Amino acid sequence: MNKKTILSASIMLAGALVASSTFAAEELRLLTWGGYAPKEVIEQFEKETGIKVKVTKSNNEEMISKLKATRGAGFDLAQPSQDRVASAQQDFNIYKPIDLSKIDSSQFISSMLDATRGQSTVDGKVYAVPHVWGSSGLIVNRSIAADVKDYTDLCDSKYAGKVTYRLKRPTLIGFAFAMGEDPFAAYSDPAKYKQIMEKVGMKLTDCKANVKAYWSGGDAMLSLMRSGETVAAMAWDAGGWKLNSDNSDITFVAPKSGALGWIDTFVLPRKTKNEAAAYQWINFVMRPEIAAKITESAGNFTASKGSDKFVDAKKKAQYQESFSASDIDNIKWYPPVPTGLEKIEGKILDRVKAS
Amino acid sequence: MSAVTVAKKIRLGLWLLLAPLFLWLVLLIILPHFELLAFSLIDPEDQGFTFEFYLEFFQEPLYWRTFLRTAVMSILATILTLVIAFPVAFYIAKMLRGRSKGIVFAMCLIPFWVSELVRTFGWMILLRESGVISNFLQWSGLASGPVELLYTDATIMLGLVYTSMLFMVVPLVSTLDSLDDSYIEAGYDLGGSNWDVMREIIIPHAVPGIVSGCIIVFMLSLGNYLTPVLLGGKDSLWFTEQIYTQFITRFNWEQGSAFGLLLLLLSSLIVWAGLKATGQSFTKTMG
Repeated sequence: MNKKTILSASIMLAGALVASSTFAAEELRLLTWGGYAPKEVIEQFEKETGIKVKVTKSNNEEMISKLKATRGAGFDLAQPSQDRVASAQQDFNIYKPIDLSKIDSSQFISSMLDATRGQSTVDGKVYAVPHVWGSSGLIVNRSIAADVKDYTDLCDSKYAGKVTYRLKRPTLIGFAFAMGEDPFAAYSDPAKYKQIMEKVGMKLTDCKANVKAYWSGGDAMLSLMRSGETVAAMAWDAGGWKLNSDNSDITFVAPKSGALGWIDTFVLPRKTKNEAAAYQWINFVMRPEIAAKITESAGNFTASKGSDKFVDAKKKAQYQESFSASDIDNIKWYPPVPTGLEKIEGKILDRVKAS
Repeated sequence: MSAVTVAKKIRLGLWLLLAPLFLWLVLLIILPHFELLAFSLIDPEDQGFTFEFYLEFFQEPLYWRTFLRTAVMSILATILTLVIAFPVAFYIAKMLRGRSKGIVFAMCLIPFWVSELVRTFGWMILLRESGVISNFLQWSGLASGPVELLYTDATIMLGLVYTSMLFMVVPLVSTLDSLDDSYIEAGYDLGGSNWDVMREIIIPHAVPGIVSGCIIVFMLSLGNYLTPVLLGGKDSLWFTEQIYTQFITRFNWEQGSAFGLLLLLLSSLIVWAGLKATGQSFTKTMG
């Protein structure tokens, strides 16, 4: 064989490889939270369907900003929280309605599916189905700060310099509830809402001396609590259970005024390129045994019917320790955020930070 | 080939060579800035022309105070970097010869082979309450309890100076390198003291290096996002953080664009004022 034939043969081979890879490269671009698409689940999905899953980890604000920047392109499936679906759709038109007939609704806990459907309906079209749910509340080191029972207890001078929380909207809302207000009832009344938020802003300004640092990434909060640098925090339940597995003194506590409940959903970005794969993924991860694996990695329970059977006993025990039956009834579920409230909250948060 | 065609070919070649730079400038720098400008001047509700987002900056004390704080801290960081980097650069350029010069220079460079994020996390491990320095102080008996060194303005300053050190050392070394040693010797021969030689010969020669180093460090500090956010405490406000918040958490692109352009304008103004105050011109420094 001369050089030329080797060369042309290798070019053809390379060409064939490229062709086959573009042919087989059916891809699902998933915009989600850390832990919602564990490697094990992705591998199993790839094996079953041959679809490659490309995961981008993000949070609510970034998801919406990213989709806003591309007018709904770049991803095939996204997972914002339920309260951020309708308003983002109204303001920026970044999602595509979901065809519920393509979803196996028997796999969902029907009350959750109905609730999400109701809250994410815009102009008669449904934009979201539920996936993972959880709550924000308090993470407490019970050996030192057992009497921290509500958000406002974080401002107790006993724990000066030993508490941490975020400077974000859940903190404002949690504190409002703990101060006896009902911010969700005031969602429809911006003037009243502003008044509540100003009151909360003042409280947070007074409380600032107590705070060691405002955390922003979950890992920063975990390391503050784990190292003992802080003894109480406002954070997500899953973080508390993660810490509990390392140190049984620390756990998640549902606050007296109510934990704040959220549901992360599935939505289709408006310019999704692989809608079929998105539906396949939704139906796949809602299978009880797969959903249990996601519960394991994300730390939160899913809307999949019957998946708790597959979740390990320790996880369930942690959950039951944090939530009594009345705590569960007391969870304050986030209603959809009307537009304009974020501006009010933003100003207040800025002032707290600057004070 | 006639002279005309050669000239034509050269011109074509020049254009081809310039094309990547030109495309880069237009597509990635100029166009986005025009889009920012458009965002910041158009009211999203009625699509009309508005100055409201620029006025917001001047009317809300928080915003201009944040900018002022950022600018003052960046200037301070620039001065500190200069004070620390100048002896280092002088040592590398004038005292060391041959191989050791290369080694010391490389030692200044090596920390920059890892990303800024990793370096910043390194500082966090050292400085936090349960961190290395705090533990050492307790072990050696210098402190009775845990010491928190993180989350203060001083920590931000430390991070900024550390991150920008290289960008001051490199221009200083190259200008000091070009200073002929015989001038320094002549200065001493004519009876000058150390201070006289430094003031009359070395510094005047190094001015272009000092100015370009200062401009780079000032701009880097002003535009830094990671260091102030990670090392700064609950009071740390940095203007870039404000821009990020407006764009990402508030979905307020109009306000974010206005802030971005104001940052560009005001920082250019500060650099210009700095050049005027020290009697330098931009072309002289860069040439």
